Amino acid sequence: MLAALLVMALGAVILGAALGYAAVRFRVEGDPLTEKIDAILPQTQCGQCGFPGCKPYATAIAKGEADINQCPPGGDEGIRKLADLLGREYKPLSAEHGVEKPKALAVIDEQRCIGCTLCIQACPVDAIVGAAKQMHTVVAVQCTGCELCVPVCPVDCIAMEPIAENITTWKWKYPVVTIKPVTTH
Amino acid sequence: MEVSGRDHQTRHHTLTMRLFDFNGGVKPDYQKEASTQTPIAVSPTPTFLVIPLHQSIGGTPRPLVSVDDRVLKGQRIGAADASISGDLSSAVHASTSGHVVAVEMRLMPHPSGLSALCVVIAPDGRDEWIERKPFDYRYHTRDETRDYLRDAGVVGLGGAVFPTHLKISSGKEDRLDTLIINGAECEPYITCDDALMKERADAIIQGVAILHDLLAAGQVLIGIEDNKPEAIAAMQAAVRARNPSDMEVIAVPTRYPAGGAKQLIRVLTGIEVPHGKRSTDYGVQCFNVGTAYAIHEAINLGQPLISRIVTVAGNVTTPRNYEVLVGTPMKTLLAQSQRLPDTDCLIMGGPMMGVALPSDEVPVVKATNCILAGSKKLFPPPPPEMPCIRCGECATVCPADLQPFELYWFSRAKIFGKAQEYHLFDCIECGCCSYVCPSHIPLVDYYRFAKSEIWAHESEKESADKARDHYEFRQLREERETQERSARLAAKAATSRTAAMAVPETPATENIPVSATGSATPAALIAAALERARAQQVHPKNTTDLTPAQQAEIAAIEARRTEIRTQAHPHLPLDD
Ligand code: SF4
Ligand code: SF4
Ligand code: SF4
Ligand code: SF4
Repeated sequence: MLAALLVMALGAVILGAALGYAAVRFRVEGDPLTEKIDAILPQTQCGQCGFPGCKPYATAIAKGEADINQCPPGGDEGIRKLADLLGREYKPLSAEHGVEKPKALAVIDEQRCIGCTLCIQACPVDAIVGAAKQMHTVVAVQCTGCELCVPVCPVDCIAMEPIAENITTWKWKYPVVTIKPVTTH
Repeated sequence: MEVSGRDHQTRHHTLTMRLFDFNGGVKPDYQKEASTQTPIAVSPTPTFLVIPLHQSIGGTPRPLVSVDDRVLKGQRIGAADASISGDLSSAVHASTSGHVVAVEMRLMPHPSGLSALCVVIAPDGRDEWIERKPFDYRYHTRDETRDYLRDAGVVGLGGAVFPTHLKISSGKEDRLDTLIINGAECEPYITCDDALMKERADAIIQGVAILHDLLAAGQVLIGIEDNKPEAIAAMQAAVRARNPSDMEVIAVPTRYPAGGAKQLIRVLTGIEVPHGKRSTDYGVQCFNVGTAYAIHEAINLGQPLISRIVTVAGNVTTPRNYEVLVGTPMKTLLAQSQRLPDTDCLIMGGPMMGVALPSDEVPVVKATNCILAGSKKLFPPPPPEMPCIRCGECATVCPADLQPFELYWFSRAKIFGKAQEYHLFDCIECGCCSYVCPSHIPLVDYYRFAKSEIWAHESEKESADKARDHYEFRQLREERETQERSARLAAKAATSRTAAMAVPETPATENIPVSATGSATPAALIAAALERARAQQVHPKNTTDLTPAQQAEIAAIEARRTEIRTQAHPHLPLDD
C-alpha cells in the first residue's frame, strides 16, 4: 500500500517535472508571434490544417508558410481573430481542409471494443484510457473531438457524438430585434 | 472603506438608525397588496412530484434512488457529489413519501426550454417523514456543520440559490462585522418573504441566531422595506421576545432594488463594495429571510429543505402565497389561484428580473419565489426598440453605478472585452435601465447575452489550454521514448561491435534525439525493438500463457503500432 502510494507520488512528481520541462522544451524561443497564434487556435490537435497539431500550424503561419484559413475547428471566428492579429485580410475557410462542425465527443462502444490500444496511440491529448486487451473508454473532459481515433479502430466501435446543449451550457441568445407593427389609435 | 455605519451603540432603537442611500433605482408599481390579504395556504400534494436534481448553483447532484424505490419525506434523493461537482452543490430531497416512478429528463423552469434529470415521485398520501434529529451545531466543528447544511439542501432562497454552506465557510478566517438579513423584497408582485415574516417571524429569528453564532458576526441588521409595516412589527416583536444582543430590525425606504445585496449593504452600513469586489472582503455577509428560516428548520428541527413559500400573482383571480412542496407542477398552483383565460405567459420571479417559463408543467424549485401569470393587458408588449439616443437615463437609475448604454453598445457589437472593462459582471440584471429607457431597448437581454458568451468563451479557453498541455506532454513523452529507444539501440550496437571488432566507438546518434529515427533504417529499428522486447521477457500478467494464434495477433498489433507511431509524427523534427 505504502509502496503503491510512493510510486504514485513519485509518478506525480515526475509528471509535474515533465510538464514543466515540456513547457520549457516546446516554447518557441524568441517567437512570441507563434505563441499568440497558438493561443487563438482551438487546440483540437486534429491535423486537418495539414500539420500534426496546432503548434506546428502556428509555427507555419508565423513563418508565412501556411495561410490563416486552414483550421476547420477554429472556424470563421478563428480566422477573423487570426486576420486581426496578423493584420491580414479575412478569407473564408479553405474547403480542402474541411468544414466547421459542431463540437463532438468520441464515444467508444464498450461492448465492441477489443482493447487493441490503437485509439490510445492515435489520440493526441491522451483522452483515452485502457490497457491492452482491456476495454477502453474516453475521458470526456479531455477529448477535443479531433476524430483521429475514429479511423484507426479496427472494429469501428468509436462514434463521434455532438455535444448537446444543457441547462448549464445554454447561452442567452442575441436579442432579436423584432419589427413590430406600430399600433395607431 | 467607510465604517461609519457600524458605530451605532443603540440596541433595538429601530427606525432611529442613520441610513445611507444607494444611487439610482426606480419606483415601479408595486402590486403587492393583492397577494397579502390572505394567510399562507398549504398547496395540495400533486399526483406526481417532479424534483430536479440540479437546483442550486454548482454541479448536478448524483441520484441516490432508482425507479420503484420507496422514499420517505425528507429522504435525500440527490447527493452533492464531491467527485463530480466538488463542494459546489447542494443535496435534494423527496418532498413527501411515495414511490419513485421515474428518474428521467423533464422540462425545467428555465428560459432555455431544456430538460434536466429529475426524480419523479408518486406520493402515497401518508406524508411519512424520515427520522428527524435536530443538529446541535455547537457540538460539531464548522466543517461538520457545513456538510450538514449541504446535505440538508439549504440554499439561498432569495432567488440566486447559492449553496448556503459555501457562505458559512467564508466567516472562518476573519470574523464577520455585520450579518445582514435581507427582508427587503423589493420586486413588484412578490410577497413570499413578507408573508413568511408576518407569520413565522420567530422561526426566522431562530435561524438568524444560528447564523449569528456560526459566522461570529458582530452585529445583525435585518433590513425590511418600509412598505411592509406588519412584517416589520412581527420581526421586531420576535427579536424583542428572544432579546438577542446586537440584533436590529430596520425599515429601509421602499425603492427598487433595495433588496439587491450590495444595495441593502450600502443602505444599512454605508459600505460601498467597489466594482469586482465581494461584500465579505468588507466584513459583511447577506442572507435572505427565507434562507434563515430554512436554516432553522434544518438545524433545530432536522428537516431538510423540501418546501418553500411561493407567491402566485398577476393574471389570476385569487393571488396569494402558498407553502409548496418542491417538485409541485406550477399548473397545480395556478389552478388553485384560478389563472385567467387570457393568460399568455408565465414568469418565474417578478416582472423586473423574472424569466419566462416554457410551460406550466414545470415544477416549483428552490429558486421559485413567485409565479407570475401575464397577459397582453397586464404586461403589454414593449414598443419597438429604437436606437439609443445616449440620453443617460439608464446611467442615472443604475444601482450598480454602471454606464448601461456603454455596456449595451459593447454587448450589441459583441465587443465583449470592452463590456467587461465597463464592469459588465457587476450588473445585477435588475432591469432599472430597461425600465426607464425612452428607446425601449431590452438592455438586460443584451447583458445576459454578453455574459453567457463570455462564460462560454472562458470555458472554451480553459479546455483549449488543458488540451495544449496534454498535447505537449504527449509530445514530450513520445520524444523521450524515441530517444530512449535509440540510445538503447546505439548502446547495443556499440556492444556488439565491440565484441566483434574490439574497437569501441561512441555512436553519434546518442545525442541526436528525434531525428535518430530518421537516420537509422526503420526496418532495423523495428527488428531491434522486437528482438529487445522478446529478450526482456517482460509480460503483463494477462498476456502470459497465450496461444500461438493470440501471440501472432499481438505481434501483428505491435508491428502496426510501430508503423503508426512512425507515420503519426513525420513533422516532429520541425520543432527543433
Ligand atoms: S486544424 Fe486541427 S490541428 Fe490544425 S490548428 Fe485547427 S485544431 Fe489545430
Ligand atoms: S478521444 Fe478521439 S476524438 Fe477525442 S481527442 Fe482523443 S483521438 Fe480525438
Ligand atoms: S436610457 Fe436608453 S436611450 Fe438613453 S442612453 Fe440609456 S440606452 Fe440609450
Ligand atoms: S440591469 Fe444592470 S446595467 Fe441595468 S440598471 Fe440594473 S445593474 Fe445597471
